[in-house]
Amino acid sequence: MVKTQLLVVGGGPAGLAAADTAASLGIQVLLVDEGRSLGGQLVKQTHKFFGSGEHHAGVRGIDIPQLLLKEGQDKITFKLNTTVIGCYQDRVLTALTGEDEYFKISPQAAIFATGASEKFLAFPGNDLPGVYGAGAVQTLMNQYGVLPGNRVLMVGAGNIGIIVSYQLLQAGVQVAAVVEAAPQIGGYLVHASKLARAGVPILTRHTILAARGKEAVESAVIARLDDNWQVVPGSQQELEVDVVCLAVGLSPVVDLLRQAGCRTRYVPELGGDVPVRDSLLRTSQEWIYVAGDVAGVEEASAAMVEGRLAGAAAAKQLGADVAAADEIIARSQASLKALRGGPVGEKIRSGIAKLEGGIANA
Amino acid sequence: MLKTTGVAQKEDWQAKLPPEERRKAGPYVVYECYQKIPCNPCEKSCPFKAVTIGEDINNIPRVDYDLCNGCGVCIARCPGLAIFVVDETYAPGYGKVLIPWEYLPVPEKGSEVTAVGRDGKDVCRAEVVEVRTARNQDRTVVIGLKVPVDLVNEVRGIKLGGEDNGR
Amino acid sequence: MRRITKHPILQFEEKPVITFTFEGRKLQGREGDTIASALHANGIKVLSHSRRYHRPRGFFCAIGKCSACLMTVNGTPNVRACVEPLVEGMDVRRQPATGGELKW
Repeated sequence: MVKTQLLVVGGGPAGLAAADTAASLGIQVLLVDEGRSLGGQLVKQTHKFFGSGEHHAGVRGIDIPQLLLKEGQDKITFKLNTTVIGCYQDRVLTALTGEDEYFKISPQAAIFATGASEKFLAFPGNDLPGVYGAGAVQTLMNQYGVLPGNRVLMVGAGNIGIIVSYQLLQAGVQVAAVVEAAPQIGGYLVHASKLARAGVPILTRHTILAARGKEAVESAVIARLDDNWQVVPGSQQELEVDVVCLAVGLSPVVDLLRQAGCRTRYVPELGGDVPVRDSLLRTSQEWIYVAGDVAGVEEASAAMVEGRLAGAAAAKQLGADVAAADEIIARSQASLKALRGGPVGEKIRSGIAKLEGGIANA
Repeated sequence: MLKTTGVAQKEDWQAKLPPEERRKAGPYVVYECYQKIPCNPCEKSCPFKAVTIGEDINNIPRVDYDLCNGCGVCIARCPGLAIFVVDETYAPGYGKVLIPWEYLPVPEKGSEVTAVGRDGKDVCRAEVVEVRTARNQDRTVVIGLKVPVDLVNEVRGIKLGGEDNGR
Repeated sequence: MRRITKHPILQFEEKPVITFTFEGRKLQGREGDTIASALHANGIKVLSHSRRYHRPRGFFCAIGKCSACLMTVNGTPNVRACVEPLVEGMDVRRQPATGGELKW
C-alpha cells in the first residue's frame, strides 16, 4: 500500500496545476498519469493560449507544462505509465504501472483530473479507417510528426475543430471544408477568420451524411440542413478526402468517480455526465475533488485555474496553512470568474450553476 | 456573415479603422477582434499603452490612435492573429500591410507573393518588403507587404503553399 | 513516407530507425513512435477487421481510450497500438475484433 497525503490522478493542465499548488502549500503529493510524459493534451497544442498573464496567455500550449511545475517539485512524486483502475469508497485506489506492477494507494484526499474523451457521430461509413477524432489527428501530427492524410473534412466548428484545421494547414495538409450543423460558428471567431484567410470554407448548417471508401476513407458526402436540422434535398455534395476528422465535443471521463460513489449529473452544457461539486470543486465524497475537463469541458486555461483551486482547497482540508490556501482559493475563483465572465462563458456558467447546488440538496 | 463564415464584412472592419486624417498621418493598427473572448495579451504588449482591455478581460480591445504609432509589436502577441498594421503613407501609390504568418514557407524579403483577402481569395500581387522574426514573437512571423494603397484594408494574408501552389 | 520534416512551430529531428514486422512484413518506424503512428507513417491505416462483416478498422482517438486499435503484439492480444511504444523487432499483427477469438 502506497500512502500519500494527496493523490492527483492525471498530469494534464489541471492535474499539474493541482499538484504544484498543493505541494507549494507543504502537502506531500503523488501524481499518477497513464501517459509516458506529463502535460496531458497540452503536448499537442501548438497555438498560443488566450486568457490573461496568470493563464499563460500568449504562450503556446506545448510550452506550458514546464511553467506549471515551479514551486513544490520536491514534494511531488510522479508515477507515469500508471493507470488508476479502481477507486473504492474506503479511500483505497488500485493502480497498474505498465503491465505488471499492480499496487494500492491510500491517500487522505484525491484530486481527479482525468480529462475528457472525444465524442463520436453516427453516419454510414463512420467505422472506416481515416475517420479520426480531432484530438487523434493532433496527436499523430504534432506529437509523432506523422501526417494524417492529404485532404481532410473537418466536422465541427467549435474551437477544437477550427484550431485543428489550422494546425493541419500548418503541417501542409489540405482542409477541404469545415462543416458545422449549428447555424453559427461555435469557436472563437478569430480562429475561424484564420481559416477563412487560408481559403478554407466554413459551412455552417451543414453536416456529414456518409464517409465512403473501400479499405479507408476515399470521400465524404456532406449536405445542407434547414432550420429544423433536416437535410435540404439536392444539397448533397461529395468531397474527395482521405480523412474525416470529428470535432463534435468531448465527454468528461467520470468512470472512477462513479466507482468511488461520487454523484454525477447530466449537464449538456458541460459535456455530459459530470460530478456534482461545490464551489471549491469538492465532490459528494468529501475526500475527492475534481479539476479540469472532468469537472465540465471548457478551455485548458480554465483547467489550470481549476487545478490551482482544487489543489489549494484539498491542501487546506489536509491541514495546510489556512491563510495561504485561502489566498490561492480567492485568487483562483476570481480568475475563473474573469475567464467565464463574457458571452462565450455563458454556457459554462449556466452548466456550473446546475451543479453547485447539488451537494446541498443531496 | 462573420459568425457563419469567419469572414469579416466591410461594415465590420470599417468600424475598426481610425478616422481618415489619422489614416493619412502614418502607420496605424487594425484590431480585427470582433467578439468578446477572455484575452488580453495585446494590452500588455503595447509599449505606448495605446491598447486598453480593462479589468474585464472579455472586453474588446480599444485603441487610442493618438498613442498608437503602428509599431506592430502587438501583432505577434495576439493568440488570435487578429491584429494588422496598415501604412497608407508607405510610398507614392502604395501602402504597406503587416500581417502575422505561421506557415511555411516564410516568404523572403524582396520576393513577390499573391496577397489574399479575409476570405482567402486573391487580391493582388505584393512585394514582401519586411520579414520580422524576433525571438519574442515566438515563431509568429510578421510580414510586410507592399500593395496598391487602395487595397491596404483588403489584403489580410498570403496565399498558402508558396508560389507553386496548384490549389 | 508520411512524416513531417518541416513545420512552422514544431521541430521534428530525424530520429533513429526502429525495425519491426507487420503481418510478417519488415517495416521501419522511428524512435518515439507508437505502433499506430509507425504503421500510419508506412501508409497502413487498417489495424483490424470487424468480427461479423470483416469491415476494416483503424484507430479513432490515438490516446488509448477508445479500443478501436487493438492488435496482437509479440503474441499478446488486445494491445492498444495507439499508445504502445514501438520497440525494435516487434511482431505486430492484426487480430479479429476480439482478442478472445485468437487461436492459442
